[in-house]
Amino acid sequence: MNRNLLAWATCATMLLSLYAIFMYAPTELTMGAVQRIFYFHFASHWVNFLAIFCVFIYSVRFLIKRDRELDIKASSAAEVGLLFATIGLLTGMFWAKPVWGIWWTWDPRLTSFFVLWLIYWGYLMLRRLVESPEQRARLSAVFGVLGAVDVPIIYVSNRVWRTQHPQPVIGGGEGSGLDPRMGWVVALSFLAFTLLYFYLWKMRQDLERAQETVESLTRQSQFKGFA
Amino acid sequence: MNYLFASYTVVWLLLFAYLLSIARRQKKVQDDLADIQEWMDRQKK
Repeated sequence: MNRNLLAWATCATMLLSLYAIFMYAPTELTMGAVQRIFYFHFASHWVNFLAIFCVFIYSVRFLIKRDRELDIKASSAAEVGLLFATIGLLTGMFWAKPVWGIWWTWDPRLTSFFVLWLIYWGYLMLRRLVESPEQRARLSAVFGVLGAVDVPIIYVSNRVWRTQHPQPVIGGGEGSGLDPRMGWVVALSFLAFTLLYFYLWKMRQDLERAQETVESLTRQSQFKGFA
Repeated sequence: MNYLFASYTVVWLLLFAYLLSIARRQKKVQDDLADIQEWMDRQKK
């Protein structure tokens, strides 16, 4: 999709989603208005897992094909993923304080997610530290594949262990489920965040390609005396 | 209500900060490319 068209589609769905969150979605009976944090919290986690999936797929493909374009896609997805992971963490904390009475607790769900957040940082720091582009791409692809192992642990953490974090509201078995109007708002926020993710990912890939060109030109011209 | 407001504010601040960081890095790439171009032009002369 054309980048301008994607930008307009993202803006439109984001505005529509905000309208739906504050004007259309019913107020939850127990938590009140603060439950509206859920829509962005849930959507940012969805996009974060989409990003990790992209990192995993493109890292595996890179290890097989050794194509630099695949490394660009994986590393760009990791950076955008970290942004959404941070949004998910912070919105979770702002929701936890009024509802649980605490900002944070080291329960299995939150801890395993925090580990994923650290893995993202590790991945990006590794890319900054390794100078050789080939070695950097290879090491980060391995790190990207290993990092994805944490995702299934996060997924099962509140199903297997007793956690402060609530059980899943969608597909969580008996007693779970959403008011249909809330369901529509969730779907709309998912769409808005997915479009935003693809827009930022595309933008970050273009930047990475340009940075690689500069890096390669600088290296070539250094042989000829460019300071 | 304060937590709801703070939460959505933080989301938008983070998104704008990220967009700003991308714009800054794009500017740096353009400056570096201009430097290399200038150097190559000087080499040709």
